[in-house]
Amino acid sequence: MTTSQPMGTHLMDLALPHAGSLIQSVDWVAIAPPLIAAVAALLVLLADLLLPESGKRLLGPLTVLGLLGSLVALLPLTGRTRSTFCFPGAGCSYTADHFALAFQLLALGGALIAALLSLSTVTDDRLPAGEYWFLLLSSATGAALLPAARDLATLVVALEVVSLPSFALVALKRDARGGEAALKFFLSSVTATAVMLLGVGFLYAATGSLQLDAVAHGLTVLPAQLKPLAEAGAMLALVGFAFKVAAVPFHFWVPDTYAGAPIPVAGYLSVVGKAAGFAGLALVTSIGLRPYGHTWGLLLAVLAAVTMTVGNTAALRQRSDSAQGAVRLLAWSSVAQAGYLLVPLAAAGYAGTPHPLGATLAYALIYGLVNLGAFGVVGLVARTSPANRLDDYRGLFARNRWAALALAFFLLCLAGLPPGVVGLFGKVVVFQAAVNAGLGWLAVIMAVNVVIALYYYLLWLAKLFTPGEQVAPTRAPAPLAATLGLATAGAVVLSVAPQLVLQVVGGSLF
Amino acid sequence: MTALLIALLLLPLLGAAATLAPAAAFGPDEETRERRALGFNALVTGLVLALAAALAAGFDHRQPGRMQAVVDVRWIPALGVRFHLGVDGVSLPLVVLTALLTFLCAVYSLKRRPTAEGTPSARAFTGIFLLLEVGMLATFVVLDLLLFFLAFEIVLVPMYFLIARWGSGAKVPAANRFILYTLLGSAVMLLGFLLVGLKAGTFDMTALAAAHGHGLSHSTQVLAALAIGLGLAVKAPAWPLHSWLPDAHTSAPTVGSVLLAGVLLKMGTYGLVRVLLPIVPDGTAAFAPYLGALAAVGIVYGSLACLALARPGRRGDLKRLIAYSSVGHMGFVLLGIASLTPVGVNGALFANIAHGLITGLLFFVVGSLKDRYRTSDLDTLSGGTGAALYGRAPRLGALLAFAAVASLGLPGLAGFWGELLAMFGAFQPAAGLSRSAFLTYMVLAGLGTLLTAAYLLQVVRRVCMGDPAQPAVAEPAELRGYEAVSWTPLAALTVVAGLWPALLLTLSDPVVKRLLGVG
Repeated sequence: MTTSQPMGTHLMDLALPHAGSLIQSVDWVAIAPPLIAAVAALLVLLADLLLPESGKRLLGPLTVLGLLGSLVALLPLTGRTRSTFCFPGAGCSYTADHFALAFQLLALGGALIAALLSLSTVTDDRLPAGEYWFLLLSSATGAALLPAARDLATLVVALEVVSLPSFALVALKRDARGGEAALKFFLSSVTATAVMLLGVGFLYAATGSLQLDAVAHGLTVLPAQLKPLAEAGAMLALVGFAFKVAAVPFHFWVPDTYAGAPIPVAGYLSVVGKAAGFAGLALVTSIGLRPYGHTWGLLLAVLAAVTMTVGNTAALRQRSDSAQGAVRLLAWSSVAQAGYLLVPLAAAGYAGTPHPLGATLAYALIYGLVNLGAFGVVGLVARTSPANRLDDYRGLFARNRWAALALAFFLLCLAGLPPGVVGLFGKVVVFQAAVNAGLGWLAVIMAVNVVIALYYYLLWLAKLFTPGEQVAPTRAPAPLAATLGLATAGAVVLSVAPQLVLQVVGGSLF
Repeated sequence: MTALLIALLLLPLLGAAATLAPAAAFGPDEETRERRALGFNALVTGLVLALAAALAAGFDHRQPGRMQAVVDVRWIPALGVRFHLGVDGVSLPLVVLTALLTFLCAVYSLKRRPTAEGTPSARAFTGIFLLLEVGMLATFVVLDLLLFFLAFEIVLVPMYFLIARWGSGAKVPAANRFILYTLLGSAVMLLGFLLVGLKAGTFDMTALAAAHGHGLSHSTQVLAALAIGLGLAVKAPAWPLHSWLPDAHTSAPTVGSVLLAGVLLKMGTYGLVRVLLPIVPDGTAAFAPYLGALAAVGIVYGSLACLALARPGRRGDLKRLIAYSSVGHMGFVLLGIASLTPVGVNGALFANIAHGLITGLLFFVVGSLKDRYRTSDLDTLSGGTGAALYGRAPRLGALLAFAAVASLGLPGLAGFWGELLAMFGAFQPAAGLSRSAFLTYMVLAGLGTLLTAAYLLQVVRRVCMGDPAQPAVAEPAELRGYEAVSWTPLAALTVVAGLWPALLLTLSDPVVKRLLGVG
């Protein structure tokens, strides 16, 4: 009964002997960001029940305020690491360090932009307001909780808090496409969760702990007969996360889901949903599975290479006259970008330190901003051309000069070409992470992919400026226009001063 | 001085941004807007030229080897990127050449409007043109590897649109080819830069050049030289990576061709001299024989291709022909660099400038011929006996003949010195390089000069000579005022550089010696 020995004693640890220490003081400031979002979600739900029909247009602004509040709550946390929900001798379950803060900024900021983009969508598409805003806030809560989670149970729960409301969000359009999209998303995601839970279970069984630090320690002192169990567990957990970040071969749901979802939700999924997956993946690999660095490093490197190549070649084949072509192109491009985001993760495995993760973080922040901006313009165009084919973007410059220029800038940032300087340096830090870790082959594959990606971004870009049929210019609704303006301004400012975002590359994360 | 250098980059950048202003800011009706936008373009590029001239005047000519007008501030500390600018004897002539060519192109476009049916407005042209100028100037003045890469990339999108939107023929495929080739090259180049930065701990080009490869192991240097050299060779272009060039030139509008040949190709060879030679000397020495071989093949290949295009009945395109001749001329530049000797590299830099002047002029003249005849097909153009430009438009014909003769390297004109010195460098390559190999390259290059003379004289015979009485596809107008204004400076400088080569060589020589680490 050697196998049950560590497990048994650990369960005893969790149960009676330390019962007193579980009643502890909670650092409310540290958990404020996800907490405020959660409270706002409940408030929205209550307000939806109590407010008269005419008052429901306040729900959107309430959501925005809640997210702003969460973002403001990040400010007092900068500077030093705070932890809470600690077990004596077993580490803490919630830690607000640089890594957590940066990913929380991405999650909450991304959710905020998505919410701002949704303000007009909810009324125009007659989406049920109460449900929409509640689900968005709930999902954002999970995304904000996840990067700070430091044990496997909290991680899985947080990941599910991100995913479950997303299924409903995708289905809210209540047409056939939305239903299909949600079902595909649901099935693949639930499979991922099941696989991941199995993996987590194996890891727990082998190491006797759910705390990431303790798992890492447990893996180094593992008895030989438990090794296969731990390795299988690690592999399954990674596969689960690969589903969540839509890495190849678990990417099939992405284009259909994005095309069926309301456009701001597609943007939200491509940024916040993905960020949550990457945060979880980074935590599990760099902290929990640290002793297996070379194994998952190679696995992630191969995954990155395949993901970016498949995403880019599929995007390349996107026809310009197919319905929802623009969203599908962005969906495939987001698959490819996930490949780039995996590169520093793989490098972290090779380097043996979490230092390269800063590159993923910086790239994800940049990508989040410009991708949501691109989705915003796509949403704007969808108002006049519901089919949203790539061909509908012909002559956008003549119809709506600023929208076209904004989209052009976002696309150049995504492609990584000046004047989208920030996108260029985002790619440079990813390349640097790969080169520094000795992953030259991956850097070369990525270089080729960047060139492939340029081609389809450029085709789209060129369409904006070609003469198209004369459609009367339409005015964008004020919130949408303001959001796009803000996103563009943000991208321009970052292009002039990339240090603002790239500083996460240099500093320590954990 | 320092303020001049910053203004040099900032002015066209602000000018480009200004073209985003609402259309109404440029005038009440479309015609006025077009005119004012082009006037604005000429004004900004003119001011930039004035700044470049002031920079050249303020340059301490007694110390061309020293970096002058240096700006060095932190930009992205996280990556170790510094906003480090400066000019020395190698970059100064290129800066002036760039400013001059862009200004002449802007002046040319004042009258020869770049807008026609289906092309975007002149405001868009101005914006793109000025952005292009920022990238070109930045390439020659930045002293940080990542900034160099950034500047290299800035020119891509404007040049793409210049070809794809204002070009002719199969312009979109040509533009795609141009940008994809160059980007693939520069992405690989970036990997080389990152490798150097990782191993040496800095991206600063002056510090890396001063270290002259110290601290970089041989294998690192070889790998970095391969990656960086590949990116720059695409841009230069070295045979066999040149195949984007003829298409791009054939489709590009006249001003696009002039800048592409006059400046963009120089970015590649400048990079070889500024980055490859001093920063990874061992790696460069390992690849120099291969680079020399590619250069020699390029020279012969370019001239043979031109010879084939120039023959009657081949329906050769005149712009394509000049593009192939560029492959040959840039081959001389590459050969000079590959010799790794001060003589050869000086010759390469001289040939760089000379090619910018002469080929810029050639593309101007040929572009205007294409406007006049509505075709650049040599067979259509020349008819039965020849286009008889001497008879029909003597001044235009004389200019074409002048440019062609300068291009084939007639002593006394700019084309002569660079190629002579490059071949001289190959005659006695640096220690450690196989002399017999380089002697072979030199012989091939010499053969190339003969072939160059053959096709250029053929072109002159078919375009300038002939029977003026025979019916022609169009009656070419004589040299117009604006053409004379925008072309004469190039012709004059060709003569000046040919008669007084010391003007450039004294500037570049101390820098070259330092970059090569010899004295």
